[in-house]
Amino acid sequence: MVDSSYEHHEYDVVIIGAGGAGLRAAIEAKRRGMNVALVTKSLLGKAHTVMAEGGIAAAMGNVQSEDNWMVHFRDTMRGGKYLNNYRMAELHAKESPDRVHELEQWGALFDRTKDGKILQRDFGGHRYARLAHVGDRTGLELIRTLQQKVVSMGVDVFMECKILKLVHDDQGRIAGCVGYWRASGEFVTFQAKAIILATGGIGKSWKFTSNSWESTGDGHAMALWAGAKLIDMECVQFHPTGMVWPLSVRGLLVTEGVRGDGGVLRNSLGERFMFNYVAPMFRDETADSEEEADKWYDDHDAGRRPPELLPRDEVARAINTEVKAGRGTPHGGVYLDIATRRTPEFIRRRLPSMYHQFMELAGVDITREAMEIGPTCHYMMGGVQVDADSETTVVPGLFAAGEVAGGMHGANRLGGNSLSDLVVFGRRAGLGAADYVEAGHAAATFNQREVDAAIEEALAPLERASGENPYDIQRDLQEMMQTNVGIIRNAAELETATKLLDEFTERVKRVSVKGGRAYNPGWNLATDLPSMISVSKCVTLGATMRKESRGGHTREDFPNPDPELAKVNMAQSSPGGNWDSPVEVVAAALLEMPADLKALLEETK
Amino acid sequence: MADVTMRVWRGDASGGDFESFTLAPNEGEVVLDLIHRIQATEAPDLACRWNCKAGKCGSCSAEINGKPRLMCMTRMDSLPEGPVTVTPMKAFPIIRDLVTDVSFNYVQAAKVPAFLPPPMPEGGYRMFQEDVERGQEFRKCIECFMCQDVCHVIRDHEDNKPHYAGPRFFIRYAELEMHPLDQNDRRDLIREEMGLGYCNITKCCTEVCPEHIKITDNAIIPLKERVVDAHYDPVAWLGRKIRRRTKTSATDASVQPAP
Repeated sequence: MVDSSYEHHEYDVVIIGAGGAGLRAAIEAKRRGMNVALVTKSLLGKAHTVMAEGGIAAAMGNVQSEDNWMVHFRDTMRGGKYLNNYRMAELHAKESPDRVHELEQWGALFDRTKDGKILQRDFGGHRYARLAHVGDRTGLELIRTLQQKVVSMGVDVFMECKILKLVHDDQGRIAGCVGYWRASGEFVTFQAKAIILATGGIGKSWKFTSNSWESTGDGHAMALWAGAKLIDMECVQFHPTGMVWPLSVRGLLVTEGVRGDGGVLRNSLGERFMFNYVAPMFRDETADSEEEADKWYDDHDAGRRPPELLPRDEVARAINTEVKAGRGTPHGGVYLDIATRRTPEFIRRRLPSMYHQFMELAGVDITREAMEIGPTCHYMMGGVQVDADSETTVVPGLFAAGEVAGGMHGANRLGGNSLSDLVVFGRRAGLGAADYVEAGHAAATFNQREVDAAIEEALAPLERASGENPYDIQRDLQEMMQTNVGIIRNAAELETATKLLDEFTERVKRVSVKGGRAYNPGWNLATDLPSMISVSKCVTLGATMRKESRGGHTREDFPNPDPELAKVNMAQSSPGGNWDSPVEVVAAALLEMPADLKALLEETK
Repeated sequence: MADVTMRVWRGDASGGDFESFTLAPNEGEVVLDLIHRIQATEAPDLACRWNCKAGKCGSCSAEINGKPRLMCMTRMDSLPEGPVTVTPMKAFPIIRDLVTDVSFNYVQAAKVPAFLPPPMPEGGYRMFQEDVERGQEFRKCIECFMCQDVCHVIRDHEDNKPHYAGPRFFIRYAELEMHPLDQNDRRDLIREEMGLGYCNITKCCTEVCPEHIKITDNAIIPLKERVVDAHYDPVAWLGRKIRRRTKTSATDASVQPAP
């Protein structure tokens, strides 16, 4: 029986997710006079954005005046192995400096250059020092600044509220959503003229991940079920440097800033192995000796960039190869060494939270010893397909921004381009949603049948007297995805994953949860499992279809890029609309890039 | 490691009691790892908050053996031998098990008058590292609310909450007061409505801060000096006003270009 005596709210714009993209969207929609609700699964200010460490990429040219949006655009496209939505990469490169300056107008305090400008640091794949930062806690600065702005504007914030499903009107437009309060377990519906998805990533489907419990792909999945298209789902970023020991923190992120500030990678023989892994497209701009690379740190004109600062996909694959070849550390990683290269004072000042993290969790003093690190599941390049300018999806009234949206980063994201993505496209989603609402074509009815079905499905695990433990399913899913759809893939393992995911679907239908509805993490997890299964299927299907290696997607049976596949996104949809409905995939042509932008990509210097 | 007994408080607003679980910690495990293992096996409905499990989000605050700690940063091998008790933060109302209602802090956050800078000059504001560093110390705050939990003014006197912002928000006010660009004057508010005078600088907040922010020495004491000066000494107040103005315009490149 469905209880229909739950809370109901009505808003112009409902934003699901309160990380950087959701907060920035809320600010813009509110500025446009919209009645805005911001809904988050956690408390305000705890979203995964706080985990971003190194910085926010913006071609301000404060450290190297040669930098400009065109170089940033080129770096982003090259990093993404040209699979990017070029228009998103263009808007991102052009607008991120304004978005960074705006953060200072709202109270952010970035580190400074000697002449008082915002300091910028070097990062992988960025030709010039481009990342505005605050030590190694830039994400915290971004989220706190945006959170304080949102609160001062009086946006209505709904905390610890899990959204289960989007709701349509009778013509298929988005009309709202349904969810529950975690504290009480009571259901709640939001009627909305527009919904902006800003739910972040999907990393919780892997065993070794830098992502928090929240990254269960809710937005990816809800968009798919609601009729939107997902692209590039096979492009999952494994960050090269996650902690590997102790086991309880395996996967925890170690910022790329360690390498930007002089840290190098060594194998168990002490070799600085990255010189052996410079792909042809990066040879011209990468140092070919340790001597040249070390000169670059002191004077960027004296040598080419060290190979440790290649894009993340390149570095992660190299580490994986070294470990497989038997040159790994005792715990199956490689060494990241900054202790022998920089003074303890420098390390503690530039990388305070890394110092703290290793000291307290691993008992390792990074000013004296090397860190043991290895690849960890970190970021989803793929996501909801949107129009670059307005973040509109194919479903009227549905918008997406941040990690849940696809296209901006192509097959591989550069470090620092995520925080800038959040504020550039969060703002544009807020504008896009306001434009849509003002145009007056929004939904007027609310499909109650969809609400009732979602509630019934959510309650089912509580009503089964016995069945599967949701924690067992989650653990087994993480093991399975790590084994079969990890950093290096092949046809046989992907086929195994496809079969096993069907079994997982059946297991989820037998989930049984003990206890009541009030703050019950077992039940909360049971309601996350459908999204985790849905997105895992999409990643597996995309990876099966893309028979080449490109960016974050590596196939050992197709080790090279295929020029034909550079022209298409794997676009997935699920016409059935339920979490267990079949998913279809087509190769959809990329947007045609204008000649002037193409010319920028061909310039090598 | 040998088996450890975890005594975890379970219950809700109507009451509760300790429940014991016995399990063996693995090398390097933290308290939160054990709570997660208990959830995954014996008590799937054991309520606790957590997000990053890296000491960066401040969600998993609890009292471990009676002291406010982040569960994700407390290694089992750092605790004395014997049973480990885990209880919810005492200063906030219980929702369930280890989860408390921390909405008091969000009410206080909404009362903070916003940052108010001068218009931004072409090319952005100019500020100097030594000027931003004071505020940056306070902006390291991860809002774990353990300083609020341990502060006697509210821990022992629930009725003080409506007129007391607490250490977390004193560092927020201090940060804004010390911000090189801010032009909002919050001193009367801090003295009259935020209850700064109630703090008797016992430094309990500083001791529990997982970010090692010197809350008392670097924020509360300077804030008390400013606020008291402003109130009792009109000459000092005027002097500060003038110095503040000078400082603000010096950072505004459209008025006076930075060196």
